Amino acid sequence: MSSEEQLLDALRAGDEGAFAALVREYHPSLVRVARIYVSTQAAAEEVAQETWLGVLNGLPRFEGRSSLKTWIFRILSNIAKTRAVRDGRTLPFSALQDPGRVPESAVDADRFLDPEHPRWPGHWALKPEPWPEDALLSAETRERLAEAIEALPATQRAVISLRDIEGWSSDEVRNALDLSETNQRVLLHRARSKVRAALESYLDQA
Amino acid sequence: MNVDVEQLSCQELVELVTDYLEGALLEADRARFEAHIARCDACKIYLAQMRETIELVGHLSTDSVSPEAERALLDAFRGWLSA
Repeated sequence: MSSEEQLLDALRAGDEGAFAALVREYHPSLVRVARIYVSTQAAAEEVAQETWLGVLNGLPRFEGRSSLKTWIFRILSNIAKTRAVRDGRTLPFSALQDPGRVPESAVDADRFLDPEHPRWPGHWALKPEPWPEDALLSAETRERLAEAIEALPATQRAVISLRDIEGWSSDEVRNALDLSETNQRVLLHRARSKVRAALESYLDQA
Repeated sequence: MNVDVEQLSCQELVELVTDYLEGALLEADRARFEAHIARCDACKIYLAQMRETIELVGHLSTDSVSPEAERALLDAFRGWLSA
């Protein structure tokens, strides 16, 4: 029996510890993903809570055709979308479906020489400098890093959090957020590039 | 291999870094990317910074459930059990 089947059996048998462990594992990610669809942290928390009720009610019928994780996040996105429509919020969906529509540069264009430059088109004008190892490991750097992630648009924040903090695979993120492979990568690229830029501007001043 | 660095500008390269790290570049593009990196110190530093960024983000602690939320959910679980 797989560990997932064991977990399902435990849940169906009413094992509160198994449920608590599942909540601790996924609840913060549920809130983060819900934040893509709804406009406040409180609403995202409500959507996540409602998701768990959906999970409990659906458990007897869950057949394991997808992983438990994928199933839980599918319940979340249905609830979150319904809630977003009810709240009159429709805009954020386009950010998931077509993030490439609005172009964004990984690095400010003014860091580079003109693309028409006769000798060095598109080369660095202001080159990046190596980062000092000790400053990288400081508590303040971590704080800046966390701030940079918080400042990202919700879709980018969800993707970088799931991939790089929670350690999910790109397929898991695609399934949970219902994203194409390309869009998952575009969002990850933008998120990581912005966090790098924030870190650079902090470390250059330090 | 004789790939001209000029084929890929630094400005173009920074947009390919995630595709490169994700293994999503076509073979020819990956070769151009690596040839550029091999000869361009600034882009080498840029790529290293992206790797350091990913590494540092990976060490941030994951959020945890608030005690109130956990209590409410365990209450819901008990309610579900007795329903």
